[in-house]
Amino acid sequence: MPDKPKIGFYWCASCGGCEESVVDLAEDIIMVADAVDIVFWPVAMDFKRSDVEAMDDGSILATMVNGAIRTSEQEEMARLIRRKSKIVIAYGSCAHMGGIPSLANEFPRQQIMDFMYEGSPSVVNPDKTRPMLSVKHNSMNVTLPEIRNLVRTLDQVIDVDYYIPGCPPTPKLLKDAVLVLLSGKLPPKGTVLSPDEALCEQCKHKDTKPVDVSFKQFYRPHMVIIDNTKCLLSQGVICMGPATRAGCEALCIQGNMPCSGCFGPTSRVKDQGAKMLSSLCSNISAKDEEGIDAVLDGIPDPVGTFYRYGLASSLLRKKIPEDV
Amino acid sequence: MPDSEIKNNYEPKIVAFFCNWCTYTAADLAGVSRLKYAPNVRVIRIMCSGRVDPQFILQAFASGADGVLIGGCHPGDCHYSEGNYKMLRRFRLLKRMLKSLGIAEKRLRLEWISASEGEKVKSVINEMVEQLKVLGPLAIPQSLDKINEELKEIPEEEIREEEPAHA
Repeated sequence: MPDKPKIGFYWCASCGGCEESVVDLAEDIIMVADAVDIVFWPVAMDFKRSDVEAMDDGSILATMVNGAIRTSEQEEMARLIRRKSKIVIAYGSCAHMGGIPSLANEFPRQQIMDFMYEGSPSVVNPDKTRPMLSVKHNSMNVTLPEIRNLVRTLDQVIDVDYYIPGCPPTPKLLKDAVLVLLSGKLPPKGTVLSPDEALCEQCKHKDTKPVDVSFKQFYRPHMVIIDNTKCLLSQGVICMGPATRAGCEALCIQGNMPCSGCFGPTSRVKDQGAKMLSSLCSNISAKDEEGIDAVLDGIPDPVGTFYRYGLASSLLRKKIPEDV
Repeated sequence: MPDSEIKNNYEPKIVAFFCNWCTYTAADLAGVSRLKYAPNVRVIRIMCSGRVDPQFILQAFASGADGVLIGGCHPGDCHYSEGNYKMLRRFRLLKRMLKSLGIAEKRLRLEWISASEGEKVKSVINEMVEQLKVLGPLAIPQSLDKINEELKEIPEEEIREEEPAHA
């Protein structure tokens, strides 16, 4: 039997939802499993790091890595996977743009450690025990990976060939990506494997989006009953659709919830959050500072709203410490 | 943050976006009138303050600017009728967002300067330079380089002695 192309899956700082989306292929997973050999998939099958190390360099056709990079161990694994794979695909928002874990870049590492090991109300730690990088135990040297100062996207650590966006990506995108890989007709390096247009183009409410939105107040989803026949922006609900890449077929909007931006920007935009801020603010109806601020009070957390999935890949990437 | 020596010899870099019809003309007037002002601004002429995409501002900071100044026509005077209002609205939220990302409020400034106000160009720039000198360098690219040193690969055989994590 001729060798089937080898595929791997790996996870870093992620929730497991991306792995779930692989299983969500449902019957199609049989097609995928038939067409390829899955040689590495720690979440579902028993592979060890040494198994990967034993493979020839470049012997895996493609590895899909999900999750942001936060620890030294994830960096090592990412580099190992890069060596062993012809193609590395950043799978899901975290690997693509940092994802929700990268909102941690709003805080210095020390503050996070203090909270997690002492400050949090659910923590009981009278001895103030902290994780050690290295400790002698029964004359053995036991080590732990280091938590880095920044949450990074996959491409800030290793070279990445393609991106599959989404939190998580839809099974359709994964299936299409596998088919593209198998066809051998590869798109240019760096391509995000999802349509390069704004989500509004795929939205069923597209026709009800007013030319001039003119915001008088912003509502968060729990504050209003959303009319499921009209553009959410026209109802004053912040929908990231205009600044977000299409490809999910507007799933959240079909569920009567606004888009929160997990597919990231289109190729023409560098910083999704800044672009959304620009679009929203331009359409506020007030013209004086007080009136504008009153409308903007409806956005209590601009960083969490506009960079929910992409602080690590934004232009500033993190909070600047100690600038007063 | 920088030590005092760096701070004393430091000249802030300001990226200024001036609209073609008012503020840029005012800066021209300041020049023609031989007004002296601090040489710390790099002026970029744009057709309207409403053309300033917040991405430009973030890009400026991310590329090493210590401050960003935007100059537009007074409210009601915009050549394109509404552009300066668009800038004002973005500015109000951007300022708040930058604050939560740790960038001091005084590093981003929006001023309405009409074509006849050459004197105001001078006073605004001088004042901003003074304020930025007090704040010290923002130095985003440098601080990022420093953090990224942790990405350097350490040889695997290196045996680490007992050490506390994240001290």
